[in-house]
Amino acid sequence: MKKPKLVMVGNGMAGVRTLEELLKLVPDMYDITVFGAEPHPNYNRILLSPVLAGEQTVNDIILNPLSWYAEHHIRLYLNRKVVQIDRQRRVVVADDGTEAEYDRLLLATGSTPFILPVPGNQLDGVIGYRDIHDTETMIEAATRYRHAVVIGGGLLGLEAANGLKLRGMDVTVVHLSDWLLERQLDRTAGKLLQTSLEARGLKFLLPKHTAELLGGEDGRVKAVRFKDGEEIPADLVVMAAGIRPNATLAEEAGLYCNRGVVVDDTMQTYDPRIYAVGECANHRGIAYGLVAPLYEQARVVANHLAGFGIAKYQGSVTSTKLKVTGIDLFSAGEFMGGGSTEEILLSDPMGGVYKKLVIQDNKLVGACLYGDTGDGAWYFQLIREGHDIHEMRDHLMFGENHLGDAGHAGQSKAATMADDAEVCGCNGIKKGTIVKAIQEHGLTSVDDIKRCTKAASSCGSCAGLCEQILIATVGGAADLTPKTEKPICGCTDHNHASVRKAIRDAHLTSIPEVMKALEWRTPNGCATCRPALNYYLISTWPKEAKDDPQSRFINERAHANIQKDGTYSVVPQMKGGVTNAAELRRIADVADKYAIPMVKMTGGQRIDLLGVKKEDLVNVWKDLGMNSGHAYGKSIRTVKTCVGQEFCRFGTQNSTQMGIELETMLANMWSPHKVKLAVSGCPRNCAESGIKDVGIIAVDSGWELYIGGNGGIKTEVAEFFVKVSSSEEVKEYTGAFLQLYREEAFYLERTVHYLHRVGMEYIQNKVLKDPAQRLALYERLLYSLEGLPDPWAARIAGAQAHEFTPLAAPAAQAEKETV
Amino acid sequence: MSSWQKICRIEDIPVLGSRVVKRAGGDIAIFRNDQDEIFAIHDKCPHKGGPLSQGIVFGRTVACPLHSWQIDLATGEALAPDHGCAGRFELKVEQGEVYLAL
Ligand code: SRM
Ligand SMILES: Cc1cc2nc3c(=O)[nH]c(=O)nc-3n(C[C@H](O)[C@H](O)[C@H](O)COP(=O)(O)OP(=O)(O)OC[C@H]3O[C@@H](n4cnc5c(N)ncnc54)[C@H](O)[C@@H]3O)c2cc1C
Ligand code: SF4
Ligand code: FES
Repeated sequence: MKKPKLVMVGNGMAGVRTLEELLKLVPDMYDITVFGAEPHPNYNRILLSPVLAGEQTVNDIILNPLSWYAEHHIRLYLNRKVVQIDRQRRVVVADDGTEAEYDRLLLATGSTPFILPVPGNQLDGVIGYRDIHDTETMIEAATRYRHAVVIGGGLLGLEAANGLKLRGMDVTVVHLSDWLLERQLDRTAGKLLQTSLEARGLKFLLPKHTAELLGGEDGRVKAVRFKDGEEIPADLVVMAAGIRPNATLAEEAGLYCNRGVVVDDTMQTYDPRIYAVGECANHRGIAYGLVAPLYEQARVVANHLAGFGIAKYQGSVTSTKLKVTGIDLFSAGEFMGGGSTEEILLSDPMGGVYKKLVIQDNKLVGACLYGDTGDGAWYFQLIREGHDIHEMRDHLMFGENHLGDAGHAGQSKAATMADDAEVCGCNGIKKGTIVKAIQEHGLTSVDDIKRCTKAASSCGSCAGLCEQILIATVGGAADLTPKTEKPICGCTDHNHASVRKAIRDAHLTSIPEVMKALEWRTPNGCATCRPALNYYLISTWPKEAKDDPQSRFINERAHANIQKDGTYSVVPQMKGGVTNAAELRRIADVADKYAIPMVKMTGGQRIDLLGVKKEDLVNVWKDLGMNSGHAYGKSIRTVKTCVGQEFCRFGTQNSTQMGIELETMLANMWSPHKVKLAVSGCPRNCAESGIKDVGIIAVDSGWELYIGGNGGIKTEVAEFFVKVSSSEEVKEYTGAFLQLYREEAFYLERTVHYLHRVGMEYIQNKVLKDPAQRLALYERLLYSLEGLPDPWAARIAGAQAHEFTPLAAPAAQAEKETV
Repeated sequence: MSSWQKICRIEDIPVLGSRVVKRAGGDIAIFRNDQDEIFAIHDKCPHKGGPLSQGIVFGRTVACPLHSWQIDLATGEALAPDHGCAGRFELKVEQGEVYLAL
């Protein structure tokens, strides 16, 4: 069968990213042809600024070398500009007469610099700043001429000016408004920026209206004249006064255009065979000029070109960053304020710091930071996720660190960190390595960084820092989509939410069924998606979906925790941290009998036998005669308790008994991530209830419940949830909340992250407001736990025996065959 | 000179799972994927020696249980971006019996 033909016009960042996404989905569905007006394969346009500044070379910024096109059998016509689209014949024609037929056409022509309509704008030495050619022209001019004038004091203009200055030119920036970056900064911050750029030797004329460019006898520009009559010398004039979507080609072909090629939410133009992506496209009235939204568009177009037809582009919140080394500037969302918005300002002109946060309806909608951009990523996340910031309003300005982040106070130092400073403590990755990888491989997300450098791929506590380094390096090109919205892994386009929903709505009960229904790209997934799917299935359809041991991480398959040398640790259940002499005696005997190298008290009030050989596990369990403590699972872990009323002079309730009852109720419970509880007998809180997934504190009149605490990678204090009077109620409210979490949270999302995602109010509505709903949740929990066997007992009885028995050593076998 | 040694039957290995052959010269991990292809490599991750037999199997790959390096079962090579090789063993399957060349 002949393949349908896909033709792409414009070989730039948005277009080629679309092809990459498409090839991931359907590696050889199309016969692909690409026309590019430039003589280069796809390169990282945003890094032209560091190239101009002499920090990188053109070779460093190539994203897809020619070999990439060859590998994917893409017909590439470089240096050829398409001049006509014949929609009747479905053919495009290039300036040298080359023709290509299409079944689908993708327009990715980007945009063109806006050239001021003033006399002299055609003179030699007058250029825009858009591509490698412009950049090389500037670099070359800097070796021969002295005076450069940059028209436009926006991000692009300032990056051009900075680069030319570093190349030794005398640079003047001419700007129409009263201050620089008037669309990002207010007057104060704009002046701050101007002062620090002046300190680097740049000159500024503003507000200033360009009237005319004057040429010399050689036809080259020699001066700029302004409306007020002033004239300054200029051997090079860079126009950076804005960009215009490049839609001429589409317009001439009769496609509906209006400041760009108009597209719908599937990125389709008015001709269903033609799609547009990138800066040339106008989506809901906006033509984006930054890479991150274009990459989102690319995913959507690819999804439709591949015939899946489910993705939609719904617009993006964008952020920008000035890429001038040593100057920190970050803005995101609607940083202009005005209208019904409120603003929180911090202005310290002497200290060179300015911050503006724009708030609307208790939500952060915009941020502009100058001088200290450490919290940029955090603010950007609050903006994108639309968090209610009511509770943290009084300290929002002081940043995330202020919210308590023990041990990670260095997070906001990304920009100032030295290249050889360690970022990822687990894998020993330094900042310089990460920056280099970002630049060399055109990385745009933290996931890319993980894959490529291994940083943030272990405990993940440096993910925030990596994100900041990413933003500091590529600015607005950083893809900061929250993990929860991204596809689960490379095997699928579905994110956790859509998979959970499909499993419920379509009543899917096995992993192969899910993979078939949701068109998984790999035959049996990978180590990331399979454990998630297995959990979603067993939590959505308890007693119906079959647990798949092969889709569980080894700890949950072996019911013990693997150690670095391949042995295992064994932590028996000790409800509420209570044990007795008989248990302790058996533990001691087991430790002797199996020569267990270490016996240790855990942080969870129980005993850990470390270094057990896998073959011994079943016998160790048998001899212990105790239940599994599930210390290895995404499951219930411990319920810590204090001594409470029975013995303690301050105790108000029997916290120990309460803990035992909870641990009994929750035995064998699988969950999205591990779940830890604690019960304290009075507000002195000796069981540390304040940092548990559910923390319970007894008071004279009953029990206070707190949820969403976490004592791990990033300490999070549990939030007050409800106060109840009886121990029955403690179980019901705790059970209902945990069941909600079990049914709705994403795999590997701790309660605190779930809570932050859905909001306390949502959980209160589900669990507190409606008694019937609470009871239903609680009953669903009890139903799913009912009859679950203790996993150790099951294995002692023979379950999964092959897991624990090695195959007989070959030497011991009698049968032999010689080759 | 090596000789073929009978190890087990295909059904003894769980689908998308593994079994371990204990051996003085280092354990061998025998894998079975969902196409009933059988592979044998050193049960020792080229990264820090993790027991590969304990990893999650998918396609023709196993993810090491310790730090998630991905190892190609057919060659024993680590997949990009990591480098290293676990070393493979010759193997044949006849009438449902798995033989290793040892
Ligand atoms: C054994 C124990 C340390 C000890 O000797 O005390 C321990 C050992 C491990 N912890 Fe822990 N944690 C232990 C108590 C804790 C505690 C304290 C507590 O539970 O009160 C915390 C902080 C509280 C919390 O979780 O909110 C804790 C926070 C973590 C984290 C970070 C979790 C987070 O969401 O931030 C991890 C990593 C993870 O789960 O992804 C972790 C992961 C681990 C693992 C399982 C790492 C691994 O995957 O191999 C360690 C296994 C070591 C081994 O070789 O067996 N451990 N770990 C403790 C067992 C408690 C128990 O009886 O079950
Ligand atoms: C100096 C500079 C710095 C930047 N810094 C940042 C930044 O920090 N962060 C950020 O997010 N963004 C930045 N940008 C913007 C970013 O580079 C663009 O948003 C992005 O490149 C747009 O992608 P695109 O594919 O739509 O267009 P382009 O990448 O411009 O690709 C369009 C391609 O189509 C070709 N073309 C046009 N017409 C035709 C035709 N008729 N036939 C054949 N080929 C044609 C063009 O020659 C061009 O190669 C910067 C841009 C510049 C110039
Ligand atoms: S036991 Fe916990 S804190 Fe200690 S090294 Fe292991 S994961 Fe880290
Ligand atoms: S030992 Fe295998 S990944 Fe580290």
